[in-house]
Amino acid sequence: MDCDRREFLKVGFKTLLATGVSIGAFELLKPEVLAALNKEKGLRWVFVVDTTKCVGCGMCVRACKLENEVPYETNVSRTWVERYVMTKDGKILVDSPKAARDGFIKNDPMGVTVKKEDIDKAFFVPKLCNQCEAPPCVQVCPVGATYQAPDGVVLVDRTWCIGCGYCIMACPYGVRFFHPLYRVAEKCNFCYHRINKGMKTACVDACAFGARQIGNIKDLEDPVARIIKTERTAVLKEEFGTKPHVFYIGLDSIVR
Amino acid sequence: MEVHGELWTLKEFFVYPNEYIYWSIQIVMYPFMTGLVAGAFVLSSLYHVFGRKELKDMAKFSLTFSYALLLAAPMPLLFHIQKPLRGFNVFFTPHFTSAIAAFGVVFFAYAAIVASEIWFVNRKFFIESAINLKNASGLGNRLKGLVYRAWTLGSYDISEEALKKDERAAKILAGVGIPTACFLHGYAGFIFGSVKANALWMTPLMPVIFIMSAIVSGIALCMLTYIIIMEAKKVRILRKRKPWMISVEEIRSVEIDIVKSTTKYLIFFMIMAISLELLDLVFRGYTALKHWDILRTVIYERDFINIFVIQYGIGTLLPLIIFLIPGLTIKRAMVGLFLVLVGVFMMRWNVVIGGQAFSLTLSGYMDYIMPIIPRNLETLKEGLVGALTIMALPYIFLWMLNKFIPVIDK
Repeated sequence: MDCDRREFLKVGFKTLLATGVSIGAFELLKPEVLAALNKEKGLRWVFVVDTTKCVGCGMCVRACKLENEVPYETNVSRTWVERYVMTKDGKILVDSPKAARDGFIKNDPMGVTVKKEDIDKAFFVPKLCNQCEAPPCVQVCPVGATYQAPDGVVLVDRTWCIGCGYCIMACPYGVRFFHPLYRVAEKCNFCYHRINKGMKTACVDACAFGARQIGNIKDLEDPVARIIKTERTAVLKEEFGTKPHVFYIGLDSIVR
Repeated sequence: MEVHGELWTLKEFFVYPNEYIYWSIQIVMYPFMTGLVAGAFVLSSLYHVFGRKELKDMAKFSLTFSYALLLAAPMPLLFHIQKPLRGFNVFFTPHFTSAIAAFGVVFFAYAAIVASEIWFVNRKFFIESAINLKNASGLGNRLKGLVYRAWTLGSYDISEEALKKDERAAKILAGVGIPTACFLHGYAGFIFGSVKANALWMTPLMPVIFIMSAIVSGIALCMLTYIIIMEAKKVRILRKRKPWMISVEEIRSVEIDIVKSTTKYLIFFMIMAISLELLDLVFRGYTALKHWDILRTVIYERDFINIFVIQYGIGTLLPLIIFLIPGLTIKRAMVGLFLVLVGVFMMRWNVVIGGQAFSLTLSGYMDYIMPIIPRNLETLKEGLVGALTIMALPYIFLWMLNKFIPVIDK
């Protein structure tokens, strides 16, 4: 083939350009790039608690204990319900006897009988693990037994935890405890074994009032994601910077 | 069925259902013992690095004692963790965002430095002992000779030049050891200081406060143990009454000289420690963040006796007065040193237990009732018996080390 210098330079430039473009295309097809693209459309479990709907029946706590084999009689629980009563003279009474496992059947917050006419406001607040975006428990675990799944749920490997309690100390929400039988760190994991099979968590299923809901924040069609995006929700103890993924509707400033 | 922590926790007002005093006496013992290690090493380094000749005897003793303490330092953690057999998991899958995971690295690095320094300081003794015991009779002596021969590492050079090299090596190791010792204890402070969920612990000053009080406690324990050993020596000499032995008067004069000079360093570090602690307290009150209300009730009301009476009054102010009154005697020094140790122990107690005395709700309290009589394995490990066992351990290790390494020359 005849090829003068000008032709050679032209073809050479085109070849270089084509190679550059194709290498760029390969760059785009890198697995991590693809994974990152997919991640945006992936799965991130999130919880919504509507405090205006909770009646403090404790069915959720009972269901959780039975579902997750936390001995029923023990004074620890993966989830609990708090009762807040603010009296007209400004007193704030808060309690959660036995984690509200048996519900609130008496009008005696903190052992004080309060007359109906003395109450300024009263409500219930269900609590559970916040499955934080920046979980301090994962940060401090010395062996990596507490870890975060790609879908945001913080899990505990019971076979690897040494039981030092550092994660319990690090959690600002006090949701962690030692399992009475396994003697390792224990916490709510959004019923991971259920949600992975397309089921709801035990507490969501047990709540007859729709105060608890679980969903995927990355799915725009998800009703839970829509609540978070369109309604006024709040998280607990935002100042710790843990970026909780349990959102509350009707959260009051007196909630601890 | 009781859950962990329930046996010794008393709750008051609104506390989350899962909250208990999870870090009990063994987590008080852990920084206390680690602090003693760091302090003993810093004391020995005053001679090796800074050339304080008057501390030569004390330095040699505190170096070996530091190693004995180091062997005991991880024991409180093993007593505390719920799955002690999994303790090695920390080394298998260290999670370096965790302060506890750094322990393995810092601990072994520090242990290697101290062991090497002990070797260089005592190399001449090891070689001489190996030679002396080469043809010794009796199984015990033969075994001892074997250990010394192994420790010579095949080198029998004790020329002046070689010994000078040893001295230089010990000096370098002591120099490297000081920041490592401070890091070892600084990170123990970091374990607490970095827990953002705890309003009392959450301060960047925590590691520095821990280092200062560590040096104080280490110096105090070394001095106290040194005095006890010397006193025991005097009693033995008085019993035997051999004319060629060193006289009790000679030991007494050496002892008081060393105690007086070491006390000066102790006072300096005590002033540093108390200044930092008070600075932290004043700063918290001045800034008065959201959690200050409950902190104030714990510090000035519920823990007032523990903090202001025992820690600051009996454990800091009183010993300072004892040391600063002219004409220090051995007996007076012993009382002062014991009180210093009580003060530092109470500082650890007030941090660890005081930090858990208030709930994360910031509206409830918890009390730790230390188990005195064990009811089960848990109350045995995390009660008085467990704490006393940990306290006795370094002395058992020191006794064992003393069989092979001369702890005190004279």
